[in-house]
Amino acid sequence: MKRQIPALGSLLVVAAVLCLLPFILSDYDVSLAAQVGIFFIAVLGLNILTGYTGQISIGHGAFMMIGGYTTAVMSRDHGTNLVVTMLMAFAICFVVGLLVGLPALRLSGVYLALVTFALAVSLPYIPLQYSTFLGGSGGVQSAQTVSNLWVYTAAWACSAVLFVLAWLILRGRTGRAFRAVRDSEIAAVASGVELPVYKTLAFGISAAYAGVAGSLFVLAANGFAQPSEFDIFLSLQILIGAAVAGLGSLWGILIGAAFVGLLPQVSTSIPLIGAQHGRDVVFGAAVILIMLLLPDGFAGLLARLRRPTRARA
Amino acid sequence: MSSLETPAIPGFRGRGGALDASTAAVWLFLLGAAIFLLIGCLQSKNFAQLTVEGIALGSVYGSLALALVLVYRATHVINFAQGELAMFTTYIAYALGLRGLSYWEAFAATLAIAFVLGTVLQVTLIRPVQHRSAIAVVIVTVGLFILIDGIVNWIWGGDFKSMKSPFGFGSFDVGGVVIPHLYVGMVAVVFASAVLVWALFRFTKLGLGMRAAALRPAAAALVGVRVDSMLAIGWGLAATLGAVAGLMAEPSQLFLSSTMMQPILVYAFAAAVLGGLESPAGALVGGLLIGVTLTLIVGYVPEISSEMQVPFTFAVLLLILLIKPSGLFGRREVRRV
Repeated sequence: MKRQIPALGSLLVVAAVLCLLPFILSDYDVSLAAQVGIFFIAVLGLNILTGYTGQISIGHGAFMMIGGYTTAVMSRDHGTNLVVTMLMAFAICFVVGLLVGLPALRLSGVYLALVTFALAVSLPYIPLQYSTFLGGSGGVQSAQTVSNLWVYTAAWACSAVLFVLAWLILRGRTGRAFRAVRDSEIAAVASGVELPVYKTLAFGISAAYAGVAGSLFVLAANGFAQPSEFDIFLSLQILIGAAVAGLGSLWGILIGAAFVGLLPQVSTSIPLIGAQHGRDVVFGAAVILIMLLLPDGFAGLLARLRRPTRARA
Repeated sequence: MSSLETPAIPGFRGRGGALDASTAAVWLFLLGAAIFLLIGCLQSKNFAQLTVEGIALGSVYGSLALALVLVYRATHVINFAQGELAMFTTYIAYALGLRGLSYWEAFAATLAIAFVLGTVLQVTLIRPVQHRSAIAVVIVTVGLFILIDGIVNWIWGGDFKSMKSPFGFGSFDVGGVVIPHLYVGMVAVVFASAVLVWALFRFTKLGLGMRAAALRPAAAALVGVRVDSMLAIGWGLAATLGAVAGLMAEPSQLFLSSTMMQPILVYAFAAAVLGGLESPAGALVGGLLIGVTLTLIVGYVPEISSEMQVPFTFAVLLLILLIKPSGLFGRREVRRV
């Protein structure tokens, strides 16, 4: 159980480093760090769903898309304050997540994977159909644009708030119920866990996190929400981030988020492969290697590294 | 029930052979659908034209769905990279064609390469994580999805390619309905490959071993079936069927691109689930039903444009899973606690 409560020390170190980073980094590097923050939120959300209740989702990019379009459309049509649109993205995606979670009650394992995958593939087609409202393939431009530093600050502030929120949810009764559902649904029901409530709740929370991430994702792209930005690759990126992260470790999620947030930029500079294919090749190969070599992601690796030292002490 | 079905566990399936209510309902539904299509085709040329197109496209979806089902039956895992694998092998056929092979030489060579590729992937990537969890296997296939995408764009670049047409551009005229040779060829190739796979499972010792390995791995191993090899061969067969789907999808889409199979994968998911996810015959029937439904819906309902095909299929998939998760030919899973 101790694993899930990040030591206060490491939390403070991370917070301090994050506060200092903007003073050291160039503007471009700040935008990269903001990307990491955005994926931190999304991976954290998926971790709650997959890691704690054992439900898989290959479609979290769909929720990011809903959050992103919420921000862009509200800003375009009503000039809503961007922070308010992020709260709206959270609320809307929470509700959508609950709705997706309802059919998920009857589905498990591969069926859920199928449905969420199909959701993520099909959602980007919707703006093409309703192009007057959702801008077609050209996308929606929000009324305000913000600086990289703004996105960075917002992303990591949201990360901090949502991380604490996740910790509060998972440490108590709800977290216990989630884990009980993951380990055995039948045993959970027998011990009085209301399965439908907790399974849909996990979906809602997880989707809401992705929604906030999507909202920030659009702001980081100069306030431009485009269907092509939310293709299936984004969903796979989040899933990969969660796989790299492993379960329930702050450092694990940071590494997972940094991996998926930075790799697209880093891999374009790799000689030989280059450009977008480079990103895909490196991503695919890295994921497969990590699954083969580190079954529990970096969280598992860290736990393994830590254990011997403790035994010696 | 249909041919490709694995003979049941003794005393479980063949209980007197009486049609229970739900099987009867399924057959009534299929009969109704057939009558509906027949009457529609006789009434309207437009309807018949759309149906013909739907059957041709549906056979491609069915072929990919069959590949998914073969993998699912053997290992209870969905291979999310199945579509991308099909796309990759189609590019291989394209490359072979550039080197001067005729279409059908390239076709045969590609199927062989696909078989080897599928087998090797199972042995090297899937087998090590197979016993860990379903999520682990899914993530590996997702990684494979991205890897293949990257490799294809790396080797061949992102621009659209086109291949020689395998069946020419002629067409038959049946009472005013145009049936391109291409469509006839697509359906023929898909069904020929399905029949070959069925015959392999049905009449050969290898097929018997594969069925045993899928149905009762532990018991099969005890009687001397090399279960691991059987599963690897299963992946190889699935990749081969996927290659057939990719090669037949290419001419119907008129070009070759790395995202070609992504919508088709969603259609194949819906087809496989409609067929029951365990039933190979169901996958083909499901593919045809999905194909015909899509062309008719897009043809007749103005609100659903061709852009909405994928979202519509998603809705269908969700509906099937909510109403009848075991599909048309699937067995209800009995889970022991």
